[in-house]
Amino acid sequence: MTLAQDALRLNPNVIDYLLVAFYFVLVLGIGFAARRSISSSLDFLLSGRSMPAWITGLAFISANLGAIELIGMVANGAQYGVPMVHYYWLGAIPAMVFLGLVMMPFYYGSKARSVPEFLFKRFNRTTQRVQSVIFAVASILIAGVNLFSLGLVLEALLGWPLQVAIPVAAVIVLGYITLGGLSAAIYTEVLQFFVILALLIPLTIAGLNRVGGWDGLKAAVTAGPSGGADLSAWPGTPLTEIDNPVLSVLGIVFGLGFVLSFGYWTTNFAEVQRALSAKSMSAARRTPIIGAFPKALVVLVILIPGMVSAVIIPQIAEIKATGVDEVGGITYNNALSLLLKELLPNGILGVAIAGLLAAFMAGMAANISSFNTVFTYDIWQDWIKPGLTDRYYLQVGRIVTIVGCVLAIGTAFIASGSSNLMDYLQSLFSFFNAPLFAIFILGLFWKRMTGPSAWIGLLSGTAAAVAVNVLVTTGVFALSDQAGSFVGAIAAFVVGTAVAGAVSLVSTPRADAELVGLVWSLTPKETRTHSTEGEDSGWYRSPAVLGGGVLVLTAVLYVVFG
Amino acid sequence: MSQGPEDAPKAGTDAPPSTTASALFDLRNVIALLFGVYGIVLTIMGIVSGNDPANMAKTGGSNLNLETGIAMLIIGALFVVWVRTRPLKLPTPEEMAEPDDRPAGH
Repeated sequence: MTLAQDALRLNPNVIDYLLVAFYFVLVLGIGFAARRSISSSLDFLLSGRSMPAWITGLAFISANLGAIELIGMVANGAQYGVPMVHYYWLGAIPAMVFLGLVMMPFYYGSKARSVPEFLFKRFNRTTQRVQSVIFAVASILIAGVNLFSLGLVLEALLGWPLQVAIPVAAVIVLGYITLGGLSAAIYTEVLQFFVILALLIPLTIAGLNRVGGWDGLKAAVTAGPSGGADLSAWPGTPLTEIDNPVLSVLGIVFGLGFVLSFGYWTTNFAEVQRALSAKSMSAARRTPIIGAFPKALVVLVILIPGMVSAVIIPQIAEIKATGVDEVGGITYNNALSLLLKELLPNGILGVAIAGLLAAFMAGMAANISSFNTVFTYDIWQDWIKPGLTDRYYLQVGRIVTIVGCVLAIGTAFIASGSSNLMDYLQSLFSFFNAPLFAIFILGLFWKRMTGPSAWIGLLSGTAAAVAVNVLVTTGVFALSDQAGSFVGAIAAFVVGTAVAGAVSLVSTPRADAELVGLVWSLTPKETRTHSTEGEDSGWYRSPAVLGGGVLVLTAVLYVVFG
Repeated sequence: MSQGPEDAPKAGTDAPPSTTASALFDLRNVIALLFGVYGIVLTIMGIVSGNDPANMAKTGGSNLNLETGIAMLIIGALFVVWVRTRPLKLPTPEEMAEPDDRPAGH
């Protein structure tokens, strides 16, 4: 056993393993129970549009709160301190409110079953196909990366070999999604949300105990290598690696807060799908907004353990003090695992391991359950084999789920051979979001925008992002990776908008009558609003009130912790 | 590429309305069960070994298993109360036929 393995290995006892096993029994039970309710492809792929808002809202953030996100954000907390809150408060909350208030009436109201299908309704078949193929490939790839990272964690923490851990995890995910479809995925995500909190909150409490509370932590950080810069969110120069404070703030606000976050939260089907499964327009609009409340708060129990790790974990403290990449095989990405080992006694340790495994599987399940919807509806039903019975497409959905899991296992093993390649491909796919958001916004507010302009704009925006990325990685632009991704996203957005605008002017727009419900100015206000009766009644269920509330909460959090 | 009505069918046609989707089991019971079982196990562990010096050294002096266990039992109980006071109601046949306020026609 190497030094790093030794440092990371947890010592779960029988009770810990039983707690983990109990969680997975419940998850598979959900799969079986949800199976009874599936009688059509819509039930399987979109939960029959029957979910209440609190469930879709929690699933909405859970689908994003996968283990890669958790591990990465605790690492960011250790490395940057308080500035990492921007990833949540600027990088998610405004976009989630915008999705609920402005975009959801069009998504849900159009009855589109997927983001690519919405693109077909607003633009044309080519745009739908371009986007569905890109999305399908990216989903499988990211599912594979999730699976690979899960294998790595199981290997490091519990000593399970990669060849065992990867297929076992894939079979569990496959089991509950093939049985219960999106309902099982969503229910599991809600359960995962609670288990993740049961991991993070005790970790935060024990961490604060160890450093003498919040004041003790602040004192230790001020005395530490950052000299206290880690305690204020602005201007966040270490985070952006842009030395000029004004440009750094601009980079955070426009790059992270506008282009990257709006691109991700408003157009990523793995997220939007959760809202589309809600049972009414009002519930669909509330989905991202309800999710925004826990999203705004959960960062605190991620940030604090991260900062604690830089104080009490010797290796992390040394990395921070010296600025090296690793100490004895330990990197910032090991901060969460080391904290589990350092802070949690057996018992709660089992809950934490269950939470971490659940988070990995939920990350993979979110990708697989959105992949099978896009493949079944957009690629198979609307393109390759149209016009067959719904029963047939339900069957396709189940088979595609199995194929998706097998492909993800394959991707996971490729990733284990060349992890740099996977990192690179993953960052490439993230470039598709920014131009997609550009054509969405243009298409939503400009009725003159045409079908051909959409896919041409999409592809040229993506090309611009790739070009920036190549120039940054080859050193032609002297920018850090982080600043490079901000600039790349902004370039993709600007080029996508400009090209789509130019092509629109030389091609023929669709008739106004076809665009009712798809373009803001052509959609009567009654259609954009929703019923406020029965289970949608009451001021506290108003999306606007909730959306305003979460923006106020975020502003207050910035004042208190920023 | 072509666009417009001749290209527009299938995509919008939904599957036949589901008859059983809304009759899903109540997730709140599952959450209550999870927290109940976890809460009992952690509370017992907290009582039995929570004050061992080794555990205290890890957690910085609090009996984390006991505290988390009791918190979980309370949360589990709250979910039970929620299920009891607001039971899942099955939709009436009319609601099934017109499930929500999505605009008719599109």
